[in-house]
Amino acid sequence: MQELTTTRHNPQIDPFMQVWGWEIPVYLFLGGLVAGMMIISGYFIFSKRYKNTNCVTYTLPIISLLLLSLGMFSLFLDLEHKLYVWRLYTTFKISSPMSWGAWILILVYPVITANLLMDSPKFLADRFPQLDKIKNFIHERPVLIQNIGVGNMLLGGMLGVYTGVLLSTMGSRPLWNSSMLWVLFLISGLSTAAALVHMIAKDVDERELLAKADNGFLTIEIFVLALLLIGLLTSSSVHIEAAKLLISGAYAPAFWVFVVGMGVVIPLFIQLLAVNHKIKHTPIAPIMVIGGGLILRFIIVAAGQYSHYLNAHFK
Amino acid sequence: MNSVSRRKFLKISGFSVGALAATSAFSPMLKGVDKLNKEKLKGIKIIPTYCDICFWKCGTLAYLKDGELWKVEGNPKDPLSKGRLCPRGTGGIGAVTDPDRLRSPLIRTRQRGEEVWKEVTWNEALNYIAEKMNKIKAQYGPESVASFSHGIGGNFLKHTLKAYGAINFAAPSFAQCRGPRDVGFELTFGEAIGSPERTDIENAKCLVLIGSHLGENMHNTQVQEFANAVANDASIIVVDPRFSVAASKAKYYLPIKPGTDIALLLAWMNVIVSEKLYDVEYVTKYGFGFEQFAAEISQYTPEWAYPETGIDPELIRKSAKEMAMHKPSTLVHPGRHTTWYGDDAQRSRAIALLNALLGSWGRKGGFYFPVSYSLPGYPYPAYPAPSKEKLDNPGRKYPFASEEITTGIREATISGNPYPIKGWFIYATNLIQALPNQDETIKAIQNLDLMVVVDVIPSEIAGWADVVLPESVYLERYDDLHMSANKTPFVGIRQPVVDSPSDQKPNWWIAKKLAEKLGLANYYPWSHIEEYLDYRLKAGGLSLARLKQEGIILGKDKPIYAEDGVPLEFNTPSGKIEFYSSQLQEAGFDPVPKFKRQEQAPSGYYRLLFGRAPVHSFSRTQSNRILMDTMGENEVWVNHDVAEKWGLKNAQSVRLKNQDGVISNKIKVKVTERIRTDCVYMVHGFGHNSKMLKGAFGKGASDSGLVTKYVIDPLMGGTGMNVNFVTFEMEA
Amino acid sequence: MARFGMAIDTKKCVGCMDCVVACKTENNVPEGHNRDWIVTVANGKFPNVNLEIQSQRCNHCDNTPCVACCPTGASHVHEVGAVVLVDHNMCIGCKACLASCPYDARFVHPDGYADKCTFCIHRVEEGKLPACVSVCPTHCMYFGDLDDANSEVSRLIASRKNHPLLPEAGTSPRIFYLI
Repeated sequence: MQELTTTRHNPQIDPFMQVWGWEIPVYLFLGGLVAGMMIISGYFIFSKRYKNTNCVTYTLPIISLLLLSLGMFSLFLDLEHKLYVWRLYTTFKISSPMSWGAWILILVYPVITANLLMDSPKFLADRFPQLDKIKNFIHERPVLIQNIGVGNMLLGGMLGVYTGVLLSTMGSRPLWNSSMLWVLFLISGLSTAAALVHMIAKDVDERELLAKADNGFLTIEIFVLALLLIGLLTSSSVHIEAAKLLISGAYAPAFWVFVVGMGVVIPLFIQLLAVNHKIKHTPIAPIMVIGGGLILRFIIVAAGQYSHYLNAHFK
Repeated sequence: MNSVSRRKFLKISGFSVGALAATSAFSPMLKGVDKLNKEKLKGIKIIPTYCDICFWKCGTLAYLKDGELWKVEGNPKDPLSKGRLCPRGTGGIGAVTDPDRLRSPLIRTRQRGEEVWKEVTWNEALNYIAEKMNKIKAQYGPESVASFSHGIGGNFLKHTLKAYGAINFAAPSFAQCRGPRDVGFELTFGEAIGSPERTDIENAKCLVLIGSHLGENMHNTQVQEFANAVANDASIIVVDPRFSVAASKAKYYLPIKPGTDIALLLAWMNVIVSEKLYDVEYVTKYGFGFEQFAAEISQYTPEWAYPETGIDPELIRKSAKEMAMHKPSTLVHPGRHTTWYGDDAQRSRAIALLNALLGSWGRKGGFYFPVSYSLPGYPYPAYPAPSKEKLDNPGRKYPFASEEITTGIREATISGNPYPIKGWFIYATNLIQALPNQDETIKAIQNLDLMVVVDVIPSEIAGWADVVLPESVYLERYDDLHMSANKTPFVGIRQPVVDSPSDQKPNWWIAKKLAEKLGLANYYPWSHIEEYLDYRLKAGGLSLARLKQEGIILGKDKPIYAEDGVPLEFNTPSGKIEFYSSQLQEAGFDPVPKFKRQEQAPSGYYRLLFGRAPVHSFSRTQSNRILMDTMGENEVWVNHDVAEKWGLKNAQSVRLKNQDGVISNKIKVKVTERIRTDCVYMVHGFGHNSKMLKGAFGKGASDSGLVTKYVIDPLMGGTGMNVNFVTFEMEA
Repeated sequence: MARFGMAIDTKKCVGCMDCVVACKTENNVPEGHNRDWIVTVANGKFPNVNLEIQSQRCNHCDNTPCVACCPTGASHVHEVGAVVLVDHNMCIGCKACLASCPYDARFVHPDGYADKCTFCIHRVEEGKLPACVSVCPTHCMYFGDLDDANSEVSRLIASRKNHPLLPEAGTSPRIFYLI
């Protein structure tokens, strides 16, 4: 038997690390969701679906901007030294994913805005007549539109990847220390985005396409989750301990029930029936996917902080 | 504070004592000087003083940053701290900033112990006390006011009380702590161990610790020397039911069954005598009654000791040989808190005898002859002659008690015999947690007409007082000169570094003012303690100004070992080391220690052992926020197998219930392989229930509260307290 | 350029926490927070127990995940002794550095910035030892330049059996525990 004691009792650190509460998972979730929406929207532009005036690519940017801002606000709430937040933009640290993220977000906003300007929402267009001119300007230039599509896909991809890389570069937290994490967060971002877009798309074809795409994303997500766990289980003892947190430890019930069961497998099953026209499309499956994506971020952030390099936690 | 203006003031005061006395309010005047200096202060200022977080009194340098107290460090000149304080000393500034400190004098307005007070002025408080004391004097005589005191700060209050005519003074440091040890050594070598201990740990080639957990018990010089001994590859032998920090440094660890140390000591001596491993020349030259002693212990073989102690006979032999191999630089440490089972003076005598066999008394790496600085006292008028005898030890019931017995005074206060005790004056000792059986203490308090507590924090005992007087923390006051006997003679000063934050006063001021109220002003011919200090220092050819500057002035080194020419003389009836003690025999005690079995725990109960943590002093530091930050509560150590049996998890909260049904506060379990299965252990001093002690209230549990039973040492009146058993009460 | 590090003799250390208290007073570490602390590791079955006591703090690693992940450059390697420091006025309190440290050596100061052991660089630059080292009653801590083969720390690390903490975390810590 090994006994470990410590006299340290720093708040948020002991008995185990809890530096990030709800704000960071919400931020990561919304970041992933927006990333997925950007990719979807960008793809619809790139694949010329934007020519259909009903295309969801005209609805998504405003939602993206709102959700992204909500996520950024959530991140801001987490900062302990809020008045110094501007320090993020006085430098660029190549080794810091957080710095990359700060600058990616700076680029994400104009790209989404470009998408938005392709057809500004009515309440804006009514107020600012110039927006119509911009819209016309864009629509006269197919190459520009192509580039807006590519830009959204590209930066959406970067944003989605970044939400995972932010955690996976933390070598100190064995659960996060997997190069599958960015894949997981990207694919989860895509699946939640597909679910959301599926619900709000007006065009039946698009909805059908997104449901199918979502099934694809969810299927991949199962494999990615499996690979993440296998990767950890075949690594060092601390990584095995970390994987066990999800497989059989304190976070296992939530992980299996809400992430794997209700977040992936059950909605996948429902949507497979729906796309094969066995049942009608309902918002049930997409809502489960979105809820699963959110809970996934919560579990990964919490369990990751709990995972640790020592064999046992100090008690 | 060493500034020119202050020294000038002193000089003036030296010439015009009368004028100053006439202004009577000298304290505000001093304060004005301080404030003035503070404004001028920029940057770092260092003021030497000596520590008061425990009784070791290490030399300290207090740092002020822009006039604010910043930190304290050890004074490199100090032979005790050698420039490095212990954690408690380093955290000393927490005593100044302690938000729970007593702030103004308090007089009780409701029942004793209800802790309902009114704040009063010093004048009101001292008038109240003086009036009651005069009443007691008139009705019962001044001997009926007793005093309990701990530490050098009590000197002036004792002086006032002696002037008043009080004769009954005691400190828990004797009958609840080191008494048995000192008596055991006096009976053997004719001299006590003293404090700081005269142990030459750093030069020991073999160090034996019996239940003494140096490192956790943070007496600075001892621990520093212990670390040196470890670094020098000294052989460490540790005897303890608990795998202490010291045990982790040991070559031989003897996991003894509690209460069987005498059996082990006898077996060790048996091996050393029967195999003729002792210092023959030393024993022959200085020993008395060795033949009788040798005959007596010939029966105590390691095989005999094995079933008693649980220690493998081979381990007993090996460790005995290890000790003999390094003699005379083998130090069998006498311990400090030695009131365990009521046979403690005899156990200490056995330890003394083992040392005698190894020839370590007086030798390098053994027990040195301590030296101290000597300064004349202040020429006070003679104290009034008492008309009664001290009552702590009536009829010399405990014939070998060499100091007053606290519990004896308590007993007399309860019984009123041989005469009533009607007043208690308590200085800086939390009797509720220091004395065994709290009910008896409270019963005694209920018989009093006056109970005064002078302290810096509102400990439990303050909660029972009629009047509470808030004392300045050591960093805010002068005290008497410090001249502990140790390896190098020195004189040290305690002087104020900062002002007291509220209406606290230094003990000398309190004592002097009380004397004035009692009409005893003639016992304080000096108007400010600086005059007193100056007088004593001048009489010894030193100057107060220099001492204030340096904090410590060293005396001339003197030889401290027999090897360097200190004569080996023994103040015993035989003038020799008494292997066989005729005076014990005459008094009806065993002339050579014998082992007697202790009462065993009832089934499902575990012997309650307690000890020290390095960051706390007694029950006096649990409101010091800096120290509480390092250890905020105690835990009960429970062996892993025992915990499994009870279904106890690490860090789970339980209550402990003792054999008399007393139930403790909640305490967390430490499940560990570092303790035997027949006992549990906790650090002393926690589980406070004084409401005023907000930072400590309800944190951890009190071992003292569970010590309802105690066995009195028939030799010297010490209270053996390791005789209580506890079981677990599960917390929902 | 110097590269400061420590050697801590676990044989001499008694775990008294003087290092902890000295750090708190020297650096005015807020109540409830610690820049250094004592860890005990006990192995075995009573009475055959082995106990190691470690005075722990920021390891001022050669490989600094906390500096790498900092988005503003607040966490940085100081030019003197390659000590890892936090610039309070640059820190946004994102806590990435707290999460990135395998030793959990950092915490958030109540004023909002990431805080931790500085090796008492303010003392070291004045030619003094860090507070924890200078106060230790057992003299179990040694501080000095690891790049100087003749420094006391270097000689101790070369001559005595020792281990750093969590070398497997890949941070190349610069505190070595002599055993």
